[in-house]
This record gives sequence, C-alpha cells and structure tokens, in this order.
Amino acid sequence: MTRALPVLTVIGLIVVIWYAASVWMNAPWVYDQAARAGESVTFSQMVVETQSQSRPVLPPPHQVGTALWQGLTGQAITSKRSLVYHGWVTLQSTLMGFVLGVVVGTALAVAIVHARVMDQSVMPWAVISQTIPIVALAPMIVVLSNSFWSGSLPQATGMDSRTVAKAIISAYLSFFPVLVGMTKGLRSPDAMQLDLLRTYGASNGQTFRKLRLPAAMPYFFASLKVAIAASLIGAIVGELPTGAIQGLGARMLIGSQFGEPLIMWSALFAAAIMAGFLILIVGLAERFAKARMGGIA
Amino acid sequence: MIWIGGALTFWVVAWLANVALVRAGLGRFLVPLLFGIALLVLWEGFVRGLNVSAVILPPPSAIWAKIVTSLPTLWGDFVQTILRGAVSGYLIGCSAAVLTAVLIDRSPFLQKGLLPVGNFVAALPIIGLAPILVAWFGFDWQSKAAVVVAMVFFPVLINAVAGLADSQAMQRDLMRTYGASYWQTLFKLRLPSAMPFIFNGLKIATTLALIGAIVAEFFGSPIQGMGFRISTSVGQLALDMVWAEIAVAALAGSLFYGAVSMIERGVTFWHPSQR
Repeated sequence: MTRALPVLTVIGLIVVIWYAASVWMNAPWVYDQAARAGESVTFSQMVVETQSQSRPVLPPPHQVGTALWQGLTGQAITSKRSLVYHGWVTLQSTLMGFVLGVVVGTALAVAIVHARVMDQSVMPWAVISQTIPIVALAPMIVVLSNSFWSGSLPQATGMDSRTVAKAIISAYLSFFPVLVGMTKGLRSPDAMQLDLLRTYGASNGQTFRKLRLPAAMPYFFASLKVAIAASLIGAIVGELPTGAIQGLGARMLIGSQFGEPLIMWSALFAAAIMAGFLILIVGLAERFAKARMGGIA
Repeated sequence: MIWIGGALTFWVVAWLANVALVRAGLGRFLVPLLFGIALLVLWEGFVRGLNVSAVILPPPSAIWAKIVTSLPTLWGDFVQTILRGAVSGYLIGCSAAVLTAVLIDRSPFLQKGLLPVGNFVAALPIIGLAPILVAWFGFDWQSKAAVVVAMVFFPVLINAVAGLADSQAMQRDLMRTYGASYWQTLFKLRLPSAMPFIFNGLKIATTLALIGAIVAEFFGSPIQGMGFRISTSVGQLALDMVWAEIAVAALAGSLFYGAVSMIERGVTFWHPSQR
C-alpha cells in the first residue's frame, strides 16, 4: 500500500500532462477550422473541441480508451477490425519466438558453462549479434522464410511463413537475455558447493541437475521477464517493415498510412496491455516455481 | 558437393584449432575471430554448393563486392541514419533521462512512484510510437531522433534513478560531516557512484537507438538512410545491397557499443567489474 499512492500520483501526473498536451497540439486545427469558417472561438470552446476530433494530432486519453474498448469488444473477436484478433496473431509469433529463444539461450548457456571453447567462440558473437539492429535483418528474414518455409511445412504446422519469420525475429531478440542470465546462474554455485558435490562423487550430469540448475532458477526467471518483453517487441517490429496486414504492428502501420491516429493509439495500448499480462504471467510462474522448490531460492 | 564438403571440413578444422587454442590459453581474440571466419566459410560453401539463388541469399563474397563498389551510398545512408538520427536522439534522450533522474531524486515520493511505472514503460513496445512521431515531426531525421529519444529515455531513467539511490547511508553521512552541500554531495559522491548503473542503461540504449532510427525510416524518410535503402532494396530483390546495409548496421552498432564501453571504462575505473 505504501507504494500505491506514489504510483497513482505519477500515473495521474502523466494523464494530466497528456490532456494538456492534447489541448495544445490539437488547438491549431480548431483555430484553423474556425478561421476558415470565418468564426472566432473562445478558449473554453477550443478546449472542448480538441477533446473530440476524429483525426486528432494527439488523441486525449478518453478517446484512446473508447477506441481501445471499441476494438476489444465492439465486434466479434474473429472480425478483422477486432484488436483481439490482431492481438492473437501477434501473440502466436511472440510465444513461438519466446519458446524458441528460451530453448536456444538455455542450450547455449549449458554448453558455454561446460566447455571453455564454446565460451570463447560463441559469447563474443552473441554480444555482437545484439548490436546488429534486428529491424535491418527483418525484411531479410521474411524473404528467407518465404523461400524455405514452403511445401508441406505450412500445412503440417498450421503456420504460414510470416508467422515463422516473426517468431525468428522474436527469438533473435529474446535468446540473449536468457543466455546471459543462465550463464550467470549456472555459474552461481560457489566453489565450496561444487567441492561438496565432488566429495559425494557426483557426476557432471548430477552436479548439473542437483546444484547448477536449481541455483540458476532465480536468474532464469529474471531473464524470462526481459525475454518475453523483448519477444513481443520482436513480433511487432517484425510486422512493421514487412507489409503484414494482420497483427498489432500491422494495425499501427495501417493507422499510420490511412491517417487514423485512433487506430494507431488503440493498437499501441493493446500491445502495452498484452506486455503487462505476459510479464504478469511469467511472474506468477516464478512464484509457483519458487513455492514448489521450497520457497527459498 | 565440393563446396559443401570443403566448408564442413574447414568448420571442423577451425573448431579443432579453437579447442587447441583454448587449451594453450592464447585465444582471447583468435578464438572468436576464427569462429566468425568459419561461420562465413560455411555460409559461402552452402550457398554455392546448394546453388541458392542470389535473390534469396547471396554469398558473403558477393556482399563484400557490393560493399566495396557502393561505398558512397553506404556512407550517405550511415550519416543520415546513424549520425543524424540515432546519435543525436541518443544524446538528447540520455541527457534528458539523467537530468530527470536528478530532478526526481529530490523527492523520494516521486521516486517511489516512478520506478514501477518506468520499469513497466521500459518493457513496452515503444517502437510502436514510430509512426505517430513520424507523423508529428516530418520525414527527415528529426522524427528519427524523436523516436530514438522515446526509446532510450526510460531504460536510462530507471537505471539512473536506481544508481542515484545506490550510495550508502554511511557515505552520505560522511559527506554531511564534511559540511557538503546538496550539489557537492551530488557531484562528488552520488553521481560517481551512480555511474555503473547509468552506463548499464547507456549500453542498452545504444542498440535501442539504432533500432529506433531504422524502424522510423520504414514509416517515411527522405531518399537516403539505411531503413529506406533496406526496404526499397528488398522490393527490388537487390539482396546484396540489403546485406551490405546489414553489415554496415552491425559494424555501426558494435562501434557505438564499443565506444560507450570505452567511456565507461574511463569513468568507472574504480568499479570492481572494471578491474
């Protein structure tokens, strides 16, 4: 409770600034319209006008809220205008990419912890891979998955090449936090604990299962939270430059191209809400795992 | 078959050489270098061996040839996207974030409220603001810089706020016994001790800055810039040009990150992780 009040204050401040900015940014259009019609508007009239334009420069919070609510509940969730539908498209790639990224990141971390040659060969390139702006690669990945994800594969898996391309981009962004976190976590048992297991005559595999893996769990979940957020960003970014027509990113693109700011903002907030839920779910999983492991880790 | 066999053989040999190098303990630079070369050889061998069309995946040699022949174009795009868009936005966004952190620092109340909100916002797909900001600031580099500012602000802010809270009560008390003013304490103790955190944020922000600048160009740009060149070249199936831009982006990203790391090493030389 001690944190609720400051957080609410900050959020309240942001909303107030947002309203003020929306009046300020939408005002020129109101004045312009009035001047063309040969009328003059008072200040209070202007303020009212700025809050309900159909194509505002900066929509005020309540307009975004209404558009968001409309998008979520205004039509059947299978409709192409429904944000639930677009959110689902994005979520599919996000989760696929997340799973792929976590598997690859964990596998690399295990290899790195066990073999010095992996550590020295792969780790520098993993770091460099993250300095490459993924969006530069995104159109390439779409082209590549269009050519290689063909034949019977799309039908057998029920995913088209675009979903796969977005998932690869998501995985590219999400494997790195997992790799770094897991490498740190698997190395976190100290020499004393490793020595103890050696005196027990534990094999490498046993040491891994009974000591390294449990010790890495807090690091694992911390990096999962970063990875799921990165994965969602990857899926959205993957929709932007590739001419996708489905998904939250595509919705933003459409809003931008057709000059419909409300579509853009509602898609943006839908993505934000989704990010919040995904992080929440990972947090719940972390709590559950902690409880199962005895609640100390 | 010769190409594939040769590439695989090279891969195995390089790997064995790496194992030997690691054993001998002399491989800080050689091992990753050899690994990278082996990856490129593998790529070249498979593309040639399987006769992959150049409109799907060009071999590294073709990409290199393209880089060499179109240096002026690449340089123009680099200046437009990286220097004008990314770096200017990065400087504005990061300094704004650090200044905000210092201002907020005076009020523990705001600080407590801002950390969770900032953490949440930092996890949001802020990149979605790109089309909005391009609509506001026009097609030239100003809108790219604005996107970069929006992207780097929160990660740097939360790191700076956490960093400013990092100095210990004992150290702050010592400053008080010296009779140091607020500003003296800030500049001599709290900012320096916040530097490892701030640089952590600054390093994350380098990648974000490049992503922001390039993505913003997909929503409209002058006829120059890396994002513009990539999207138009994909349309023309000129994939060697796309890969050339990717190579430039990778190089720019690594240099940017490296430069910030160098500055970090100079500023936080006292920190255990740098010794």
